[in-house]
Amino acid sequence: MGRRVVITGVGVLAPGGIGAKSFWSLLSEGRTATRRITFFDPSSFRSRVAAEADFDPHLHGLTPQEIRRMDRAAQFAVVTAREALADSGLELAGFDPHRTGVTIGSAVGATTGLDDEYRVVSDGGALDLVDHTYAPQHLYNYFVPSSFSAEVAWAVGAEGPATVVSTGCTSGLDSVGHAVELIREGTADVMIAGATDAPISPITMACFDAIKATTPRNDDPEHASRPFDGTRNGFVLGEGSAVFVLEELASAQRRGAHIYAEIAGYASRCNAFHMTGLRPDGREMSEAINVALGEARMNGDQIDYINAHGSGTKQNDRHETAAFKLSLGDHAYRTPVSSIKSMVGHSLGAIGSIEIAASVLAMEHDMVPPTANLHTPDPECDLDYVPLTAREQRTDAVLTVGSGFGGFQSAMVLARPERSVA
Amino acid sequence: MSEQEFTITDLTRILLEGAGAGEGIDLGGDILDTDFEELGYESLALLETGGRIEREYGISLDDDIFTDHRTPRALVAAINGYLKELVAP
Amino acid sequence: MSVKTVITGIGVATANGLGVDEFWAATRVGKNAIGRVTRFDASSYPARLAGEVRGFEVSEHLPSRLIPQTDRMTQLALVAADCAFEDAGVEPGNIPEFDMGVVTASTSGGFEFGQNELKKLWSQGSQYVSAYQSFAWFYAVNSGQISIRNGMKGPSGVVVSDHAGGLDAIAQARRQIRKGSKLIFSGGFDASICPWGWVAQVAGGRLSTSDEPDRAYLPFDAAANGYVPGEGGALLILEDIRTARERGAENIYGEVAGYGATFDPKPGSGREPGLRRAIAVALADAGVEAGEVDVVFADAAGSPDLDRQEADAITAVFGPSGVPVTAPKTMIGRLYSGAAPVDVVSAVLAIREGLIPPTTNVELSPEYDLDLVTGQPRTASVRTALVLARGVGGFNSAVVVRATG
Repeated sequence: MGRRVVITGVGVLAPGGIGAKSFWSLLSEGRTATRRITFFDPSSFRSRVAAEADFDPHLHGLTPQEIRRMDRAAQFAVVTAREALADSGLELAGFDPHRTGVTIGSAVGATTGLDDEYRVVSDGGALDLVDHTYAPQHLYNYFVPSSFSAEVAWAVGAEGPATVVSTGCTSGLDSVGHAVELIREGTADVMIAGATDAPISPITMACFDAIKATTPRNDDPEHASRPFDGTRNGFVLGEGSAVFVLEELASAQRRGAHIYAEIAGYASRCNAFHMTGLRPDGREMSEAINVALGEARMNGDQIDYINAHGSGTKQNDRHETAAFKLSLGDHAYRTPVSSIKSMVGHSLGAIGSIEIAASVLAMEHDMVPPTANLHTPDPECDLDYVPLTAREQRTDAVLTVGSGFGGFQSAMVLARPERSVA
Repeated sequence: MSEQEFTITDLTRILLEGAGAGEGIDLGGDILDTDFEELGYESLALLETGGRIEREYGISLDDDIFTDHRTPRALVAAINGYLKELVAP
Repeated sequence: MSVKTVITGIGVATANGLGVDEFWAATRVGKNAIGRVTRFDASSYPARLAGEVRGFEVSEHLPSRLIPQTDRMTQLALVAADCAFEDAGVEPGNIPEFDMGVVTASTSGGFEFGQNELKKLWSQGSQYVSAYQSFAWFYAVNSGQISIRNGMKGPSGVVVSDHAGGLDAIAQARRQIRKGSKLIFSGGFDASICPWGWVAQVAGGRLSTSDEPDRAYLPFDAAANGYVPGEGGALLILEDIRTARERGAENIYGEVAGYGATFDPKPGSGREPGLRRAIAVALADAGVEAGEVDVVFADAAGSPDLDRQEADAITAVFGPSGVPVTAPKTMIGRLYSGAAPVDVVSAVLAIREGLIPPTTNVELSPEYDLDLVTGQPRTASVRTALVLARGVGGFNSAVVVRATG
C-alpha cells in the first residue's frame, strides 16, 4: 500500500470557541455561534449575520510584532499550528526540519487586512492614485498570502516544502490533500497542514450580497445558518482555522503517537460549468467521492458518517445530496449526513480543514455532530441530516466533501488505520 | 422627481456593460421576447445586470425579478413599474 | 518512476510578446522590454518602471461575455491557454473531460479588479460592488476560468508561494500526470500593475527606483538595487510522453525531470538559506549530476543580499563559474507567479535552439564567481537546464528540464 498518512495532532480555532476542546463542545451540544456582525456596522448590508470568533491574539502567544505584521487569518493559522504541534507530541519527540513541510489553505488570503489598508491609502476611497506613504511594510504580506505559510513554517520550525493552497472554498480539503501527497511520495515525512480564513470584512460581505449568496435572515441571527432546511436562503459567513500534524503511519506508530485517523483517500475534480453555479446532478462531486473511496480501497457502504459541505444555499444542498446518492447508492439513505456550518458558519477556505477536524473528532468520540436549525424538511434533500442533536454511534470512517467557486469539488475519506480494506 | 422611463435601449446598454453579449447574439436585433437564458445570460450575469439597474435608477428589485420576468420585454415592463412607484405619492 | 512528464504546448504573454514565436524572437536576442509604467500615472511613486504587456486588445481574443467578469491577469491567462492548446495541436474535446486538469500558481490574484471594487465600496457604498467580485479577484480564478472555458474536469489546483509558486504548480501538475491524468495545464499569471498593487509592491521594499529602463533591474551587477515588476506569465501543457507520442504530438519541448522545494530557516538563525538544498533535491529527483546541467535560469532577485545568497548556492553546487547562468527576466521584469513558468519556457526553447538567451543590461560584478551570460546570447548545446525561483519569506523551488530526444 506504500506510505500511509495519519493525523497525529489537531488544532482548531472556530467561532464559539478556541481550541479543539471547546470546538467539540459546541458541535456535540449543537450550539450555534452565528450572530449579528460586530466587527463593523453591517446596517447597510443585505446580509448582516456572521459567525465571528472572539479571538484576542495577545492571549494566544503572539508577540506584538507578530500581531502587527500578520493579517488575522495568519494569526489564526499560527495559533492552530502551535496547538496541533503541541497536541501531536512531535516537538518533544523531535523532527527533522528539512523533512517537515507546510501547506496552508486559504480562499481569500489577507482580504480583511487588504480592505483595511486600502481604506487608509485611498483615504476612504477618495484617491485613485492611492498614497504609498501610508502603506505599512507588511502590506506586501497581505498582497501575497503565501506569507501565511511562511509564518507557520517559522512558528513550528519547518524547512521542507511550503506553500499556500488556494482553491476557493475547497482550499481546506485540498491543502491537506496536497500535504498527504507529499508524504506519500516521500518528499516529506511530516506536514503541518490545514487552512485559515478571516473574511468577515465589508468587501467580502458586499461581494456575497451582490450575488445574494449569504442569508438575509437578519432578524434571527442565531438560527440563520440552515443547511438542508426547507427555509434555507443562503450561507452565513464565518472565520477560523484548523491545522493538523500529518505523519507517515509507521513512524507515528514507532514513536507511540496518538493517531486520530488515517487520511485514506482524497480527490478533487472540477465541474467546468460555472464560476459560482452548480449543476443539480452532482456528477463531478460524485466522481471526486468515487476516486477518494477508490484510493482508500473502501466501498461506499463502509462510510459511517458524511460530513457535508452543507452551505445552506438552495442549490448547494440539493447538489451534494444528489452526489451522495450517486456515489453511495442506497447506503446514502442509511448514512448520517450533517453540516457543521449550521453552527460555525462558512469560513470559505478554512472550513474544509475545520470540517476535517470535526470528522476526526467524531471518530474520536464515536459521535456524529448534528445539523442545527433543521426543522423544515425539503423534499429535494431527503437524507438523514442528524437534525438538532448529536448522535452517539460507532464512527470508523468518515467522508467529508467540499464545493467551491471556480467549480472545485473535493472529497476526503478519513478512517481508522486498522480498518479492513476492500 | 419626474418619472423616468426604462427602455430596451437602456437594458441592452446595461447588459453589454455588465455582462457583454453571447457569441452570435445581436442585442440590437429583435430580442424583446427571447429568454435571457437563450441570449446567453445565466444567473450571475443577471445578478450583475440587476445590481446595475438598481444603482442607476435608485430602485430596489425583488430577489425573484429575473425568475418572474424572463424576457427583455417583461423585465422592461417590470422596471417601469418600479419607477412609477418611485414617483407615486 | 516510469512516467515521463513532457511539455507539449506553450502559451506565453509577457512584455516581450504574446505567443511562443514572438516571445522567443525577442528573448533570444536579449531585447529589453522594460519601460515607464503606462497603465496608470506612476510619477508620484518611488518606482516608475515596469515590464508591461503592450498592445493586448482583449476583445480581439475573448468573447465579450467573459470580459466584464475577468481581471487582466485572467484575460492574459485565458488567451495563453488558447495559444497553448493550439500549439499542442490538441482540441480540448478530444480528451476525456475528467482526464484534463488545470494547476496554476497565483501571487496576488486579480488585484486590479479588487482595487476597482474596493474603490466602489468605500467611495460609493456596498451595493456598488460587482457580482463578479466574489471570484474575479481571488487566487483560484484562473484555474476555474480555464477549466470552464475548456471543459476540463480533472484534478486541478492553485498554489501561492510568491515568485516560487510557478514551479510548485508545475510540480503539482507533474504529480497529476504521474497519477494518470492525460493532460494538465500548468503555469502562472499575475498582472498587478495598478496603483493599489503598486503600493503593495513598493511596500515590500525591493523595487528599483531607477528611471533608466536599461539600468533598473540589474541582478548580480555591482549596481543592483532592486527589481522591476512585470506582468504576464506562461501556461504549459503537460502530458505523459507516451500519450503525447500516441497522439502524434508535434511539439515535445522537453521533460520536467526534477523538482525540489525547501523553506529557509527563520530569519536571524544565521543558518544557510534553503536554496542549495532545493537544487540538490531537484537534481537527485531528476537523476542528474551537477556536471550534466548545461544552464541555470536564476531567480535573480536584483537585491545584493538575495543575489549573494543565490550566487553562493549556485557556486556551492556547481563550483566557481561552473555552469552558465542567465536571467532573461531582466528583459521583462519579475512576473511573480508567472516568472518561473516563463523561465521554463525559455529553458526548453534554449534546449531546442542550442542558444542561451542573455541577462540583458547586466554587467557581472566581480564579487560573484558566476559564468553569467551577459551582452550577447551564447550558442551552446543545451540538454539539461535548471530553473530557480524564490519567494518572499523563504520559499525556494527548483525544476530540472531536459531534452527528450
